[in-house]
Amino acid sequence: MSVDATTVRRIAHLARIAVSDAEVPHLQGELNAMLAFVEQLSEVNIEGVEPMTSVTPMEMKKRGDVVNDGEIAEIIVRNAPDTVNDFFLVPKVVE
Amino acid sequence: MTDLTSLTIAEAREGLASKSFTACELTDAHLAAIEAARVLNAYVLETPDRAREMAKAADEKIAKGDGGPLVGIPLGIKDLFATRDIRTTACSKILGNFIPPYESTVTSQLWRDGAVLLGKLNNDEFAMGSSNETSCFGPVTNPWRREGSNTTLVPGGSSGGSASAVAALLCMGATATDTGGSIRQPAAFTATVGIKPTYGRCSRWGIVAFASSLDQAGPIARTTRDAAILMRSMAGHDPKDTTSVDIAVPDYEAAIGKSVKGMKIGIPREYRLDGMPAEIEKLWSDGAQWLKAAGAELVEVSLPHTKYALPAYYIVAPAEASSNLARYDGVRYGLREPGKSIIEMYENTRADGFGDEVRRRVLIGTYVLSAGYYDAYYLRAQKVRTLIKKDFEDCFAKGVHAILTPATPSAAFGIGEKGGADPVEMYLNDIFTVTVNMAGLPGIAVPAGKDAQGLPLGLQLIGRPFDEETLFSLGEVIEQAAGRFTAPKWW
Repeated sequence: MSVDATTVRRIAHLARIAVSDAEVPHLQGELNAMLAFVEQLSEVNIEGVEPMTSVTPMEMKKRGDVVNDGEIAEIIVRNAPDTVNDFFLVPKVVE
Repeated sequence: MTDLTSLTIAEAREGLASKSFTACELTDAHLAAIEAARVLNAYVLETPDRAREMAKAADEKIAKGDGGPLVGIPLGIKDLFATRDIRTTACSKILGNFIPPYESTVTSQLWRDGAVLLGKLNNDEFAMGSSNETSCFGPVTNPWRREGSNTTLVPGGSSGGSASAVAALLCMGATATDTGGSIRQPAAFTATVGIKPTYGRCSRWGIVAFASSLDQAGPIARTTRDAAILMRSMAGHDPKDTTSVDIAVPDYEAAIGKSVKGMKIGIPREYRLDGMPAEIEKLWSDGAQWLKAAGAELVEVSLPHTKYALPAYYIVAPAEASSNLARYDGVRYGLREPGKSIIEMYENTRADGFGDEVRRRVLIGTYVLSAGYYDAYYLRAQKVRTLIKKDFEDCFAKGVHAILTPATPSAAFGIGEKGGADPVEMYLNDIFTVTVNMAGLPGIAVPAGKDAQGLPLGLQLIGRPFDEETLFSLGEVIEQAAGRFTAPKWW
């Protein structure tokens, strides 16, 4: 399988990465090189094989349903590019 | 006094205990070495004030006789580990000036045991790379050069800063991480020892995530013993990482010097590649003979799905990365590039903040997870991964204790030499190491010789799950037989 220019633009939008028209042919070539490389997986017989979900056999641990941290809003927002009163600020979402 | 920076951790531990020198003297010697080696670009942040403060505290503890196992030992930390109040960037522009308000579990255990932080080490952006050339701080220089040449070589990656700093005596040991070979390949390129432990052995909490089902932390050091010392402090159960395993941490150092007599060592025929350089072939057979001379038994084994590990990895790892890196959106931390709408702000931020390699992987990961392609790519790769793991299980079930392979298909190469036209050319560096991550197994790279140009080459030993001790015992045999290799100082 290979990707065309329209697909490259669609994936970039899904991944929320702006891509200029000038960059598309180059990216298309790189992605197709990767896809050509992984193409060899189609020759593996995977009939009846379970997909791996956990590389180490273990039961998912569950933690207690208790509050053991918090009241640190000021610390949480400290690294944010734009804040007001312990809130993250973003461009207007609702008109 | 001999140069304190050339000591091993084990030797420094003795010197500190016998009061031959102080932790402050040891740290100062390293800070001076770092300052004189900035041309290598191994450190992206030096923390001399913190280092002196920690060394002073270590001296006080030593005086009281209550120092931990790493008391006063100066270390470098890969910039993928969150360090409280100290800038942590994953060497990506998108994290900008991120100052974590928390400490990664692995580093907190090193400080608990008395170690000293010298600074943060360079790496490929988000650990995506095999040459340390994708870092937003620029490439790292390998202290090793070809004989009679001034060409600047890469230290490997992604833990290139860790490997370079350890090899150039800019720290006594370093933390590193390994998703497809990022500890073992740079260790092989710099004549250092690097171990990727079993998946679940070290907590991933507070380490910037790349591909969560593959990422593991481990040490890079100058000797097998030093790696064992660091491993003991780094490993252990952490309730904050649900994939961290709740089993006791052994005294890995006790495995150093232990007899390997009667151990069965697998030599996998699928690792004998067409066109493999003769010097890699020779290194591999030398290693096998050293282990045989120490009493181990060599057996040929087969790992039939080996050739599919790298292509499966280049589906699984980018898929997980595309999901993990969704968090960098210009809202909660790091870079923000303005846009007219919130979507445009996301897109501009991520376009400007991610480098080319990261962007490439996020895009391919997004593609293989997208509707209509998930089954053909991601699901198929996860099934192939099951087969790769089964290859190893079958091999261990036949009584094999460990598997011996070359660590890399070549020695270190020049900056800008690989991957310019085709990204896959760079990916092939990890051909011998990536299987281990896919199967969640422990793997160690140990220096074993040099190529015709005088560059170091390493061997890899792959172990059973949670049997790092056997790898340390076998690694020590190779180290004793091959000797140690130190880069001639030119900087």
